[in-house]
Amino acid sequence: MRILLLLALAAAAGPAGAAEDRPPPGASSCSGCHGPIAGAAVPTLTGLSAESIAGALAAFRAGTRPATVMDRIAKGFTEEESRAIAAWLAARGGT
Amino acid sequence: MSGLDRRRLVGGLAAATLARPALAQGAKEAAKGRVVVVGGGFGGATAARALHAADLAVTLVEPAEHYIACPMSNAVIAGLRPMDLQVFGYEGLARAGLTLARTEAVAVDGAARQVRLADGGTLPYDRLILSPGIALRFDALPGYDAAAAEIMPHAWKAGAQTERLARQLAEMPDGGTVVLGVPGNPYRCPPGPYERASLIAYLLKTRKPRSKLIVLDAKDTFSKQRLFEAAWARLYPDHLEYVPLAGGGQVTAVDPKTRTVRTDFAEYQADVACIIPPQRAAPIAAAAGVADRSGWCPIDPVTFESRLTPGIHVIGDAAIAGAMPKSAFSANAQGKVCAEAVIDLLAGREPAVPKLINTCYSLVAPDDGISVAGVYHPENGVLADVVGAGGTSPLDAPAEVRHREAAYGEDWFRTVSHAVFG
Repeated sequence: MRILLLLALAAAAGPAGAAEDRPPPGASSCSGCHGPIAGAAVPTLTGLSAESIAGALAAFRAGTRPATVMDRIAKGFTEEESRAIAAWLAARGGT
Repeated sequence: MSGLDRRRLVGGLAAATLARPALAQGAKEAAKGRVVVVGGGFGGATAARALHAADLAVTLVEPAEHYIACPMSNAVIAGLRPMDLQVFGYEGLARAGLTLARTEAVAVDGAARQVRLADGGTLPYDRLILSPGIALRFDALPGYDAAAAEIMPHAWKAGAQTERLARQLAEMPDGGTVVLGVPGNPYRCPPGPYERASLIAYLLKTRKPRSKLIVLDAKDTFSKQRLFEAAWARLYPDHLEYVPLAGGGQVTAVDPKTRTVRTDFAEYQADVACIIPPQRAAPIAAAAGVADRSGWCPIDPVTFESRLTPGIHVIGDAAIAGAMPKSAFSANAQGKVCAEAVIDLLAGREPAVPKLINTCYSLVAPDDGISVAGVYHPENGVLADVVGAGGTSPLDAPAEVRHREAAYGEDWFRTVSHAVFG
């Protein structure tokens, strides 16, 4: 089952998927702080859905979610850019 | 198909699908070429890993047996952190399957596209990434040469210098004077000297309370200035004296024999003198023809390709990265973006216009952290701040927030060093 799922995912990505699957602007910077380990001071993004990452970024950007540094960072990205980052991170398992 | 081949295929497929579908798929199908990366620090090792993950033939050139990290080393200097937490081996990169050339790159022929190595060998490349870090300038401050640095450590490249300064501070009798000389811009780690000042002041206040630190600065404004100055007024009013350029703070000469530090207006007799001299890109940058008269390397803000020699990309502290500071966080972010650009170029694709993030944490005391963050994008040919983003921690942050920022800083270091060195 697991193998089938992997094969299906690989097929969906396809050999020509390279350009489309490049990290959207800003996305590759996130893993500087957000690691794979749950329980670290900086929360891991592993296992989060694209919706939940995009929602958090929107709230940080709007200043409605308490923050130390993420409010300052989220303001550097548009709604569309944030959604692209969220989708890319979620598809990679959060790193 | 043998069991081994089968396992490899399935494992490879799973890894490619789960971990990094974009890089693995893209490179296998399209990007071809040899990439050489010079410098195994936060920038170079990051770029090499990303290129290797994309199945490109990449060789990382690094002669040092260990990488000794600068971030957090100010805590080592103040006796608050063991040195061994700063030291990383290259075994993790070798285990990941990366090809390492354990020798020094001594010259680059940009026209023939090859790197000459100290062991006599050459490495041909289609794309070269230089992440060589800095060189301390021993020709910029009268009296301050390599021999003087043994007596008045800069500790601006972590390692023996870090331990030397830590030892001098630990051995200094109470009642002593510490002098910290800070250079003008640009230099590695803009807030670093002020974190160092804070933690040395903390050491004096708690262990040698009759002693004093004098900070002599060659400029009037600096990173996280209001936060540092507020912390100094709150925590170290009797132990830290800051002299800006306008107050005569620029160090104009030193005499290591007498541990004297001179400015145009005064002479300071130090018991311990830490002199951070002006800097430039490490020598291989000039040898490769990618450093300009400033000593640093102008780059294209999309690809990090040199403005001076095509085919060579420069990342990390050596690069002139516009508004992006010379930090390990920046180098790590640039390593990933530059690797993507190199993959695109080798695949014949237009590199995507990037955005990059930097976040730098500093300690003003143990468990008392502050930060500066920025988001950057190419604008008018340079990496510029995205307007409306970034900035420093609030001046009035409660102690609980400052604790968290200290913890985040430590966490960042753990995460990034593990991601880079394994």
